[in-house]
Amino acid sequence: MKIRKISALFARTSAAVAMMAAVTMVLVPQLSQAAVFNPQTATLDNGMQVVLVENHRAPVVTQMVWYKVGSADETPGVSGIAHFLEHLMFKGTKDIAPGDFSKIVARNGGNDNAFTSWDYTGYFQNIARDRLDLVMKMEADRMTNLQLSDDVVLPERDVIIEERRSRIDNNPGALLGEQMRAALYMAHPYGRSIIGWLNEMETLSTQDALDFYHKWYAPNNAILVVAGDITMDELLPMAQKYYGAIPRGDVATRHRVKEPTQHAPRKVTLRDPRVGQASMSRYYLAPSYNSEDAADAAPLELLSEIIGSGTTSRFYKALVVDQSLASSVGTSYNPVAVDLATFGLYAVPRGDVDLADVEKAVDEQIAKVVDDGVTQDELDRAKQKLLDSAVFARDSLSAGARVLGQSLAVGLTVDQVESWPDRISAVTVDQVNEAAKRVFNDKQSVTGWLMPPKGGPVTRSGPSIPFENDGGVH
Amino acid sequence: MNHFTKHVAGLTVAAFATFGLASQAQAVEVQEVVSDGGIHAWLIEDHQNPLLTMNFSFTGAGAATDPDGKLGLANMVSGLIDEGAGEMDSQAFRGEMENRSIGLSFDAGRDDFSGSLVTLSRERDTAIDLLRLALSEPRFDDAAVERIRAQIVSGLKSAENDPRDIASRTFFKSIFGDHPYARPVSGTFDTVAGLNANDFRGFVGRAFAKDNLIIGVAGDITADELGPLLDEAFGSLPDHADLPAIADVTPKFGAMDVVQQDIPQSQAIWGQKGIKRTDPDFYAAYVMNYILGGGGFSSRLTEEVREKRGLAYGVYSYLADLDHAEMMMGGVATRNDAIGKSLSLISTEWTKMKDKGVTQEELDNAKSYLTGAFPLRFTSLGNLSGMLVGMQKEDLGKDFLDRRNSLVDAVTLDDVNRVAAKLMDPANVTVTVVGKPEGDLTF
Repeated sequence: MKIRKISALFARTSAAVAMMAAVTMVLVPQLSQAAVFNPQTATLDNGMQVVLVENHRAPVVTQMVWYKVGSADETPGVSGIAHFLEHLMFKGTKDIAPGDFSKIVARNGGNDNAFTSWDYTGYFQNIARDRLDLVMKMEADRMTNLQLSDDVVLPERDVIIEERRSRIDNNPGALLGEQMRAALYMAHPYGRSIIGWLNEMETLSTQDALDFYHKWYAPNNAILVVAGDITMDELLPMAQKYYGAIPRGDVATRHRVKEPTQHAPRKVTLRDPRVGQASMSRYYLAPSYNSEDAADAAPLELLSEIIGSGTTSRFYKALVVDQSLASSVGTSYNPVAVDLATFGLYAVPRGDVDLADVEKAVDEQIAKVVDDGVTQDELDRAKQKLLDSAVFARDSLSAGARVLGQSLAVGLTVDQVESWPDRISAVTVDQVNEAAKRVFNDKQSVTGWLMPPKGGPVTRSGPSIPFENDGGVH
Repeated sequence: MNHFTKHVAGLTVAAFATFGLASQAQAVEVQEVVSDGGIHAWLIEDHQNPLLTMNFSFTGAGAATDPDGKLGLANMVSGLIDEGAGEMDSQAFRGEMENRSIGLSFDAGRDDFSGSLVTLSRERDTAIDLLRLALSEPRFDDAAVERIRAQIVSGLKSAENDPRDIASRTFFKSIFGDHPYARPVSGTFDTVAGLNANDFRGFVGRAFAKDNLIIGVAGDITADELGPLLDEAFGSLPDHADLPAIADVTPKFGAMDVVQQDIPQSQAIWGQKGIKRTDPDFYAAYVMNYILGGGGFSSRLTEEVREKRGLAYGVYSYLADLDHAEMMMGGVATRNDAIGKSLSLISTEWTKMKDKGVTQEELDNAKSYLTGAFPLRFTSLGNLSGMLVGMQKEDLGKDFLDRRNSLVDAVTLDDVNRVAAKLMDPANVTVTVVGKPEGDLTF
């Protein structure tokens, strides 16, 4: 209840989203957990990058293939095709029958899934180390040999539409988030819903998917990341054998529209009878590690930690503890993007407090940061927390693979990932304060209000009984 | 996650689990640690990174024991005991946690009250001290109580119109009737409004004790180092918990409940009788459920409902065991005009499983997945310490990790088909649908 996050991933099954969300929560504000992963790297002759994070705790590996293409690379009018293709990558090649990919992985004791975001699309398997050869052969096969026909594509289109209903249309908070992003980006495709606009999803065709596949899927637009119980001496010959055999492709270049200067704050209000608890949120355009003002990225990671992370953050202390206006509040910032990033905040009013009063209190805190800045003590504590998070990230088999894959897929380097602690350590109070002044610019922001209909909620059907499974060991 | 440990005598006993699937077998050693003060824990040492995770559980101290009129008590305590303890008020306590990157959290389930501690080795002593304070000297200051109450109320409001939450509470009310399992873990607006510091202190005094405590630890610590920390954290607890017994219950199945809500997609959950974790046929049922609806893209339900017909993004079934009741449950979400079709297909699969069972090939595939994927659970410390608690709670023995795959492998085709015929009960399934379903709904 103390943490809420904005989901930015769609996936073949909800388990993948949960997994990515967990990683996002821990890692994202801090790009990388850097010098922590100690990855080894290589590049195949056809241009495919290879990254290995050794971890010998258990005799298992994670294989991930990241393509440097996502929903922001779609042609206008064909929204959702990046994510749709991700689903269709499980629909077979001449050697693997439709739907067999995951069944073969399962028969070999592995789990697999895939996910799509604005800037990348990823596929992964977790499996015993001696089965890596098998899944690598299959992953390489579908990189170049995908076969699609209407009889498997059309039912899957119904599946992604059901996925949209589950994630977005049945959830007023998600609907508002979609509207807010569309309002935040006037020109850039980051304003597009990853899963797609419903009216466009309904028209997606087999040919649309194949066109997107041939345009973007090739070894020179992909990154292989492996984590687990294997050495580079074992991995590289295998990668060469399967991925190295695929010729370099004539891959399109990402042409992203540049967001024009914005001149006015926007406000989006969604009233819906399904809203039991009102809330407000806001997005500001913010720099990423790739954009102009990239030097502000590390300071903004620290700023987000100082003002909006945890129950001793500035915002929580002011709005929740001292003023009793909110029941929860927080910020989010992930600078790992090809183009611009988003600095987000949210607040849930306490009791009958008006959204307007909560928003006013948020604005007062922002003004205080802009006018008076943060303190050296706040910065030192935030740095320690971020640097510690790197140690926790190392404990998970897949966290390193995810952070490295995500970073490389948006055009960052392994060195940039690994030097993240140094960058964080070097940030000064002045840099945080200057970055705060730049990012809290109302003219490039959207504020969202989620509210019940005028007159209040429609039903009051009683309390919730969330059922958690037994957590037993089977 | 449940964490509770029992204690035995002073020696460290080790069991080894090996995983034969991989070319090089590796071992996980489960040690039993007993402190000078008699606190027991199971430990997996792993010095790869300078951190450790501890999971623990006070068994039988979950929401099912909330007194009538005080529903939500265990849940509210779980939100409050890390909000100020000893000399530290809430902000001081949370500051110690956050500034030192110590993760301490508590959770009330229906059966158990559990907690977890994650810390860097550097902060181990402080982490243990915070845990001790939370369990033995929570303050329940007025400001913190009102703040957490407001957060719980906010959660209740959010859940009020959420289709999944509505489906869940309707379903449990339907099958459990007057049993405590029918009641909301988070309480109601009315009961949460009435809970006070005396209630919380009473709960802590009754619920946290040495005789209902289970502990699992994994990470950068030796058995010798762990012993004194166990005494430090848990040594001051009373010997015996004082908790009401919860009656075993046979859930009532066979209803079709529809809750009308104006949403584009209907959310359905269903359930029927289940099987006890201790039943000799448990693994046969577990394998059967994998084939029916537990195996993701390898399951029959996914094949019929999603792959062939595109009727849902997700469809699944699972065995759900509480301490005093067992269910076999499932869920699906489909557009309003086709939810009936989804349920009809699922019902057909239910009957087919009962009547015809599974094939040898399906059984072989299920076993190769379930045994091959077992080592995937050993990839983070939190998984390991959580599993150690579950193993103790279910009395599986320290050698369970070593034995588990042989339990799966021992399941025969006859076992699965015999259990399917006995367990599957398509005539007595309770279904809850939330949405605006069109057409006939039958299971």
